[in-house]
Amino acid sequence: MSISIEGITKNFGSFQALKNISLEIPDGQLVGLLGPSGSGKTTLLRIIAGLESADEGRILFHGEDVTRLHVRERRVGFVFQHYALFRHMTVAQNVAFGLDVLPSRERPPAAEIHKRVQMLLEMVQLGHLADRYPAQLSGGQKQRIALARALSMKPQILLLDEPFGALDAKVRKDLRRWLRTLHEEFHFTSVFVTHDQEEALELSDQVAVMSAGKIEQVDTPQKLYAQPSSRFVFDFLGQVNVFRGERSDSTLRQGDAWVRLPDAAGATSLQLYMRSHEVRLQTTPAAHAHLPLRIESVSLVGAEVRLELSPVGWASDEPWEVGITHAQFNTWQPQRGDQCFAVPQVAHLIEVDAHTPHTLRWEAGEMDDPAAMI
Amino acid sequence: MNRSLSGLLPGRSSQPGKRVLPGFALSLGISLFFISVVLILPITGLVVHTAGMGWDQYLAVITDERVVASYKVTLWTAALASVINALVGLLLAWVLVRYEFPGKRIMDALVDLPFALPTAVAGITLAALFAQDGWYGQFFSLLGIKVSFTPLGIIVAMSFTSLPFVVRTVQPVLEDQAPEDEEAAVSLGASDWTVFRRILFPAIWPALLTGFGLCFCRSLGEFGAVIFIAGNMPYVSEITSLMIFVRLQEFDHAAASAIASVVLMASLVLLLLINLWQARYLRRLHGR
Amino acid sequence: MQQRRTMRAGDQPLVKWTLIGLAIITTLLMLVIPLVLIFDMAFSAGVGNYWDNLSNQYTRHAIGLTLLVAALTVPINLVFGVFLAWLVTRFEFPGRKVLITLIDIPFAVSPVVAGLLYLLLYGSNGWIGSWLTENDVQLMFSWPGIVMVTVFVTCPFVARELIPLMQQQGGEEEEAGVVLGANGWQLFRRITLPNIQWALLYGVVLTNARAVGEFGAVSVVSGNIRGETNTLSLHVELLYQDYNVVGAFAAASLLAGIALITIVVKSFVEWRQARQRAPLDELSDGR
Repeated sequence: MSISIEGITKNFGSFQALKNISLEIPDGQLVGLLGPSGSGKTTLLRIIAGLESADEGRILFHGEDVTRLHVRERRVGFVFQHYALFRHMTVAQNVAFGLDVLPSRERPPAAEIHKRVQMLLEMVQLGHLADRYPAQLSGGQKQRIALARALSMKPQILLLDEPFGALDAKVRKDLRRWLRTLHEEFHFTSVFVTHDQEEALELSDQVAVMSAGKIEQVDTPQKLYAQPSSRFVFDFLGQVNVFRGERSDSTLRQGDAWVRLPDAAGATSLQLYMRSHEVRLQTTPAAHAHLPLRIESVSLVGAEVRLELSPVGWASDEPWEVGITHAQFNTWQPQRGDQCFAVPQVAHLIEVDAHTPHTLRWEAGEMDDPAAMI
Repeated sequence: MNRSLSGLLPGRSSQPGKRVLPGFALSLGISLFFISVVLILPITGLVVHTAGMGWDQYLAVITDERVVASYKVTLWTAALASVINALVGLLLAWVLVRYEFPGKRIMDALVDLPFALPTAVAGITLAALFAQDGWYGQFFSLLGIKVSFTPLGIIVAMSFTSLPFVVRTVQPVLEDQAPEDEEAAVSLGASDWTVFRRILFPAIWPALLTGFGLCFCRSLGEFGAVIFIAGNMPYVSEITSLMIFVRLQEFDHAAASAIASVVLMASLVLLLLINLWQARYLRRLHGR
Repeated sequence: MQQRRTMRAGDQPLVKWTLIGLAIITTLLMLVIPLVLIFDMAFSAGVGNYWDNLSNQYTRHAIGLTLLVAALTVPINLVFGVFLAWLVTRFEFPGRKVLITLIDIPFAVSPVVAGLLYLLLYGSNGWIGSWLTENDVQLMFSWPGIVMVTVFVTCPFVARELIPLMQQQGGEEEEAGVVLGANGWQLFRRITLPNIQWALLYGVVLTNARAVGEFGAVSVVSGNIRGETNTLSLHVELLYQDYNVVGAFAAASLLAGIALITIVVKSFVEWRQARQRAPLDELSDGR
């Protein structure tokens, strides 16, 4: 069931939580609402569910206007951030609740409810805990029960509020996999809220990045990462290396460092944003960039080796981070204190007061000294 | 993270009539109806009655010598009883929270006895205990102190009936005290008294004051427990509640209302002050 | 176990046991011995005399009237308390804080004043009372007046027990229930009630104890007519003033018994709530 959000505005007193939000969520997609706290993402989720009502705008499920519909009638599944399991009922009773409270003409017979509950519990692999109470469960188990309970009514829309926020990393990873599997199997439309960008990028078909009540960008995770459309999205998603400078002629300068730009026109105060994989390190500078750096730390974490670098002869607000492969590491053997030069291959130019970046690319042929490549 | 708390707040909606949880209209209706009929209506009755009295007569009644004497007696005995209870209550709360000992559960339960025991029963019991030949009274007689039929008796009665208030207000605050603060101080060489004075007391004095206020409020109005032991002698051991009663029995409804209005206003002001104080300083609304 | 407990203020044995000793003595003097006295005096003329006192017709009537008052007061205040607690803990609206303060009024007001308020309003000179007298209805100086005034005095108790608890528990479980399709009654019966049952029980027991024991307010409105409008508390006073001290204490012993049951129930309730609260604290650490 598709969800259409049209022009939603919500105020809490004088605080504007959502400003004219519009979003289309096609049937069967898993969409993440990503943003820092205060961005309005939970409020938006609750408005979709019907737990809050908007001041302006409409919500449509499959083309049908549900804005005036009470949450009880909307038949969505909702997973609360703190699970909201009924503490005085067993796990089985929790999961059966939605079916138990159906009006008598709609309610299936007790045996069938029991079967359905069993099936749901098996699905989240917690059948053996049916008679436990929520207080006896771990965080991850509670979350799975909350999920099973939300799915008990066979909703076509599943809404999750920071579902994995309170759990350890390993449990989070497992549960993410769960959710993805369930989603593939049952094809509901899911919307989940998170402030963890890794989670959002990993799970979602589409991510809506929100900030201060507005949607900054809606895109697939890949596009979002590769082509952030605003400074906020850039800053929020993943690590970024920034070179700030003044343009004179076609060169962006700061201190001893400079980068050649394609043209000389335009604003003079600029920032160049580069992701860690968009930069290469060389022992000599390239023709189009002179960015001297000193290695501060070498971290052999996971699939690549991460180097933390500080600028030499110029300044940046945050240390730079560049990743190299283990193969490169073994050849080069970088150490703390070594000097090298950063050579951008892709970079994003933003005017200091603007929001929209402009992507620059340099051809491989612009590198002068192949032998100097690491 | 701030917004995620909205799940814990009462259902919010900027459109009244579209509340998520059901029963708003019904519970509002019942609550307002009940409060109006049971609480507000009778109070307005009093206001109307005293308003019809005429200012001069009103003033004359409430400043009558005997009545003023009763204000004084009531006020100072209540104050003293509350001070005593503050100390005793602190002791009991401390012992109940900090130590383990046989009989602790029983002591904890017994603290609520004055709350659950009818005031008349407390009244005759205390009167019997402190009578000249009573179990306690005999010791006091040896010392030449008379408790029954004196303000001392009033203090005893008020102290008994309002004992739970300080204990139950201070207990939760003491329970919430993090041991780390004290341990840090002790490891730095502070003596017990210093730790108490500079770390614990600052944390508990708001609760202590609230408890004191509640004791005081309750003691001002205490009737049943007091009248048996006090002797009720005008100007000496006659409390204001009794004065109202006396005027009623004289069929002087006007005077009774006038005095009652003073007591009512004082109680309401005191209640307001205590609630404001609690709202500012105490996280828990009703310490048990 | 004592080795592992770090030293906090007042943990040295000397200080500790002195304080405990003082506390125990205070408890004995202030709480235990008075209780003992009640029963001692009640039985001082023998057990047979005790039963005679209790089965005296006036005493029996007083017991009956008291039970009637409690039987009417408790359900009324129970319903009110639950609705008020639901209202102020699950909804936001202007005046919410005012309501919470208002409910404390009977707590702060002297019982004699409470009785007077009702007497003035419903007595023959009051503005409602005069209308009632014209229609031959008498509320004051008879049992309806006693019930009304008792309702006034005891109305905060259930609400005061429920409100902090329901505020602390928050409305999330009920929200989850609504999303799953439950209606109001289902929410209350299946979700809210189990969560508040012990506090509710204690509120009821406390209301009952106070209803049974109310003295000051009832004194004013009852008229003290032996065998007709005397509750057990008033009857105790009557007997005492008649110099029938043993009889007075016999009646008082019944009331003391109810008080004892009340504090036992409270202990039980707190024990159950402590058992519930421990795992709940883990839940809230999930943040």
